Amino acid sequence: MADKILNKIYVKVWRQNNPTAKGRFETYTVENISQGNSFLEMIDILNDQLIQEGKDPIAFDHDCREGICGMCSLYINGHAHGPDTMVTTCQLHMRKFNEGQTITVEPWRVGAFPVIKDVMVDRTAFEKIQQAGGFVSVNTGGVPDGNTIPISQDDAEEAMDAAACIGCGACAATCKNSSAMLFLAAKVSQFAKLPQGQVEAKRRAKAMYAKMDELGFGGCTNTGACELACPKSISIAHIARLNREYLKAKIAD
Amino acid sequence: MSILNSKIPEGHISEKWSNHKAEIKVVSPANKRKLEIIVIGTGLAGASAAASLSELGYNVKAFCYQDSPRRAHSIAAQGGINAAKNYQNDNDSVYRLFYDTIKGGDYRSREANVHRLAEVSPNIIDQCVAQGVPFAREYGGLLSNRSFGGVLVSRTFYARGQTGQQLLLGAYSALNRQIAEGGVKMYTRHEMVDLVTIDGKARGIIARDMVTGEVKRFGAHAVVIASGGYGNVFFLSTNAMGCNASASWVCYKKGAFFANPCYVQIHPTCIPVHGSQQSKLTLMSESLRNDGRVWAPKNLEDAVKLRKGIIGPNDIKDEDRDFYLERRYPSYGNLVPRDVASRAAKERCDAGFGVNSEGKAVYLDFKYAIERLGKGTIEKRYGNLFQMYEKITDTDPYKEPMQIYPAIHYTMGGTWVDYNLMTSIPGLYAIGEANFSDHGANRLGASALMQGLADGYFVLPYTIGDYLAGEIMVPKIDTNRIEFIEAEKKVVTRLNTLFNIKGKTPVDHFHKKLGQIMWDHVGMARNAEGLTQAIKEIQELRVEFYKDLLVPGELKNVNPELEKAGRVADFIELGELLARDALNRNESCGGHFREESSTDEGEAKRDDENFAYVAAWEFKGMDTEPVLHKEELVFETIHLTQRSYK
Repeated sequence: MADKILNKIYVKVWRQNNPTAKGRFETYTVENISQGNSFLEMIDILNDQLIQEGKDPIAFDHDCREGICGMCSLYINGHAHGPDTMVTTCQLHMRKFNEGQTITVEPWRVGAFPVIKDVMVDRTAFEKIQQAGGFVSVNTGGVPDGNTIPISQDDAEEAMDAAACIGCGACAATCKNSSAMLFLAAKVSQFAKLPQGQVEAKRRAKAMYAKMDELGFGGCTNTGACELACPKSISIAHIARLNREYLKAKIAD
Repeated sequence: MSILNSKIPEGHISEKWSNHKAEIKVVSPANKRKLEIIVIGTGLAGASAAASLSELGYNVKAFCYQDSPRRAHSIAAQGGINAAKNYQNDNDSVYRLFYDTIKGGDYRSREANVHRLAEVSPNIIDQCVAQGVPFAREYGGLLSNRSFGGVLVSRTFYARGQTGQQLLLGAYSALNRQIAEGGVKMYTRHEMVDLVTIDGKARGIIARDMVTGEVKRFGAHAVVIASGGYGNVFFLSTNAMGCNASASWVCYKKGAFFANPCYVQIHPTCIPVHGSQQSKLTLMSESLRNDGRVWAPKNLEDAVKLRKGIIGPNDIKDEDRDFYLERRYPSYGNLVPRDVASRAAKERCDAGFGVNSEGKAVYLDFKYAIERLGKGTIEKRYGNLFQMYEKITDTDPYKEPMQIYPAIHYTMGGTWVDYNLMTSIPGLYAIGEANFSDHGANRLGASALMQGLADGYFVLPYTIGDYLAGEIMVPKIDTNRIEFIEAEKKVVTRLNTLFNIKGKTPVDHFHKKLGQIMWDHVGMARNAEGLTQAIKEIQELRVEFYKDLLVPGELKNVNPELEKAGRVADFIELGELLARDALNRNESCGGHFREESSTDEGEAKRDDENFAYVAAWEFKGMDTEPVLHKEELVFETIHLTQRSYK
């Protein structure tokens, strides 16, 4: 586990002071980085350096730093969450980079996710999709005993596969159409596999779909790039299930 | 007579909550529509409270510092949630969960609150199932359970290693429904920076918009703090980077008492620290102790060779492995509570048996479970945790045992509340990790999720009505009142002060220094000399902070350094109070271990005669010492004994 030191790397990062400002790339040199450091710890070190040089540090989203909150969102060397697979940016380690390498860091480039500052983007559009129908309409209290709704292990596992979505936006950022289908499918598919989700299935599929279109996300052309970029490896089979749910709802109209 | 009125209801322990509910006031639907409630934080407690209160008809304004309520740090809880369902027919009951929690908390929590928690716990599971939370299931389709530390039954419900995520997404879905219906107005990327009180009652907050930098006023008839704990006072912890205590701290400075700050949970199974540039620590779920066996080498020579990398853990034969938890605690074995497991790991490492290059790690080994159950079963149970471990350490835990070491994880202390979860400021409530009431001096695994959701779904929506019933004639709060104007002015002055120091040192340096002081002197083992030293060092750090802080960027723009500066300024003050509380409590209990107070076997030794009380601290001004108020803990049901897990 003895980690090597990278003597020098170059970080080419998108700088943009506010949503309306014109952005540009700036390149910074970072020295003496242990490969045991996470990528974001490397950015912390770079920011510390920038502050001490009297410059503005890079604004980026991050929080849990253990791959579950979905806050971090960087496009690194042409890949959402960087070159490793099944990780978020905060779980990416410097082992994946080499001595002297230039690392290009960009924000999610999605029309529906405007840049707030530097590589920080506004993902409110995802919130609106969830608010359109990503729930079972039950109030607190007055619900039946948990064991009165038996669910097969396979269905529960499949629902969990979909529910693992962290809402980071890597799918939309990777998609050439900026489609949010995998994000939407994860929620619709979770409920489609569970009896609790059946009552409102039709309304949910239609409302969430319509909201996604309204917010300017693109359509799905089945290239599957989203699944590869997804840090939780959510399968595009869920998109197929979403389409089935949507079709069922539309035919019923 | 203490000025603290806990308002614990009369009657037998099992009847207190029912009696209380029968007696407290209820607000009519027509009047609920006229009342506004502010909820700070959208983790399990905050999201469940905001959604439930809105369902009842109140107008809710919810705030979080993240870009979405779904990202609150409850999301990171891995292992599970406890509930007294007795689905396993293993003689679990409300009483047993109550008893385990009181004992696990080392007899430093309130009986009545804990019993209520156990009583409502089954409803939480039902609620989450109804929301579509994909809990693990048995082949027959019924809910599955596993065991956690400090108990002898299986009462923990789970969704793989992502239980917190799934429960939070459940509460988030309920919250989204209310946002869509207009009952909740959601303010993301907003940080509460002050509490506004009018005539002694909580009437609103001042918040900073973290995108524009604008300072804004918000009024309400009641304010609920659900902003979590203060673990980040130690800099390195399993908390998220943004977790902070500032909302609680401004309430403290406005007169809300802060209770038992010295009760901090140190979780035994975290990935050990590497190097000096690490930003946070990652937890490996307690559920792993169901199947993993904790050990250190039996022979010192082996430990030396391991530290130098001459041999690996698989080179050590079974007979040369010291399964020290199984050795010391035969009846609970690897499933002793967290405080006990943490101290035992520290004891082994201090004695020279640590296994990584720093000598600060022991092993958590799955070899035996894989032999017994097969790799497939282990993968199904813990796959995501194993993957996470491998990504961080570059070591495959299916082939080599995990290295683990204790780390700061949770804070049992927090804002003092009465039985209604109201603080010492009328109209101000604290729920979830932000309050102090249920876990005593040590929290059992899988109980944080239970408490957060109990408070938010099933306790606060009842108790807040008792207060608000008296407020129905109060019109919408006018934020142009002098109290709001002055609070805003104070906030702007403070932001300017921090921004204009223009020293040489970025805020993280101060935070790391504070963390080091805390870990060295106020960590797993504490003594009077070290604590006194810590208080002195923290005071010096505070002076240095206000002299040499460097905040870059702009006041009116996104500025994470400015946000951190405010939080660290508060952590410095909180750290001092924490050390002061630890110094005052000259006994060992749960996570608080005073070296002066231990048994011959090195176990924590309580002093019930002198310390069976809640220490609630009252702020008296920056240059005045805080005043200690004692709430005596009355044990009507459970007999106090020295805790034993042997």
